[in-house]
Amino acid sequence: MTDFPPAAKVVKRGLAISTLGLIGLAGVFVLALGFTPVEARQGLAQKIFYLHVPSAWSALLAFSLVGITSALYLWLKDPRLDRFAAASAEVGVVFAAVMLTTGPIWAKPIWGTWWTWDARLTLTLFVFFLFLGYLALRAAVHDAAERARFSAVVGILGMLLVPFVHLSVYLFRTLHPQPIVLKPSAPSLPTSMLTTLLVSTVVFTLLYVGFVTTRYGLTLADEVREDARNAD
Amino acid sequence: MPDSIRLALAIAGKDIRAELRSRTALQSALVFAALVLVVFNFARDPTSLAAVDLAPSVLWVTFALAAMVALNRAFTVERENSALDALLLAPVPREALFAGKLLANLAFVGTVELVTLPLFVLFFNVSLGHALPGLIGVSVLATIGFVAVGTIFSAMAVRTRFAELMLPVLLLPFMVPPLIAAVQVTSRLLSNRPLSEMWGWLRLLALYDVVFVTLCMMAFTAVVDE
Repeated sequence: MTDFPPAAKVVKRGLAISTLGLIGLAGVFVLALGFTPVEARQGLAQKIFYLHVPSAWSALLAFSLVGITSALYLWLKDPRLDRFAAASAEVGVVFAAVMLTTGPIWAKPIWGTWWTWDARLTLTLFVFFLFLGYLALRAAVHDAAERARFSAVVGILGMLLVPFVHLSVYLFRTLHPQPIVLKPSAPSLPTSMLTTLLVSTVVFTLLYVGFVTTRYGLTLADEVREDARNAD
Repeated sequence: MPDSIRLALAIAGKDIRAELRSRTALQSALVFAALVLVVFNFARDPTSLAAVDLAPSVLWVTFALAAMVALNRAFTVERENSALDALLLAPVPREALFAGKLLANLAFVGTVELVTLPLFVLFFNVSLGHALPGLIGVSVLATIGFVAVGTIFSAMAVRTRFAELMLPVLLLPFMVPPLIAAVQVTSRLLSNRPLSEMWGWLRLLALYDVVFVTLCMMAFTAVVDE
């Protein structure tokens, strides 16, 4: 047991990063409400953009990392990779839930409807379901090695489903706003808005790292306890 | 003929022979598909929605549900008497094993689709006309993709608790891109639109097939081997 890095230390580090992220989140609210101009056509509803886009970013980051670590796991068979993928999937589901709730709150005043079966919305929803399925699978397999292999396969297949998500956005007529920042030409929004968005993205990334570290440490603690019980 | 193709065909042949001798799964899947079609007919308000407007979605939802029932069966039969262990002990490359299972599943799902199609024409009063070859083509393209993913998930699902529930939960998100594309193509086929309007969707389907058949074949060993 002594060769395990102390799980409590990892959890503590995760909580520290998360706290830093939460303080940053308060800062984002101040920036978004006090520093950025009110958008001319959308009014105050546009403010949610500073939460919606960064949470979408964190969810995307989380799910991409699940895919990458899954592929690496099948290659290297390192249990740390599996533990990370599990933590990242759980945290990704939370950020995706934030994205999928802030979206409709914005859509009601702007599009006139909470939800629309637009391509990007539909497929984001299904990627969300995909990872709920991933977590359900993890819960339903008893053997740890088998669980790691199965979920790695689902993780890799899931990562490849995402390009098909993107492809269909261009084929299906879409209502979703087109890219404003990450597009070939220069970003088309005022500097104060761009700065707030970038700050918020950093904060959400920090939150992602904090949450995943905490979750990773908790899984580690679980395993240590499990091992101790088996040793008795 | 290369060895692995011969082995894949032997495994597919074994599955098909076993199914033809009992016919229980095939019969239940067919009755299930027919029932779904009937239920759909009553799930619509006939005064406000013409059957033909709903037809493409009905057809594809029926295909998807019937495929799910068929795929659940693929590895449950191998679990009985630990038949899968015997298959894994045989000197068969895992790729060939996967290909064999995939072929058998395709034959199974394809049969269900072939029988469902005339029933669909009958119940929903659709005139297929010269859309039939196109419809068969798009059915083949869409079915290959989701059956490939379904085959690997079915191999996993049988080893989990709640196996019957796990397969749909895992597979449905993967069915969405091929289903959207297939429904789009089917509705254009039924209204005699030119091929140029379906081209993008057909390419998406073909790409999906290539990516997921290859990937599932490669990943299959991670599912069955310790």
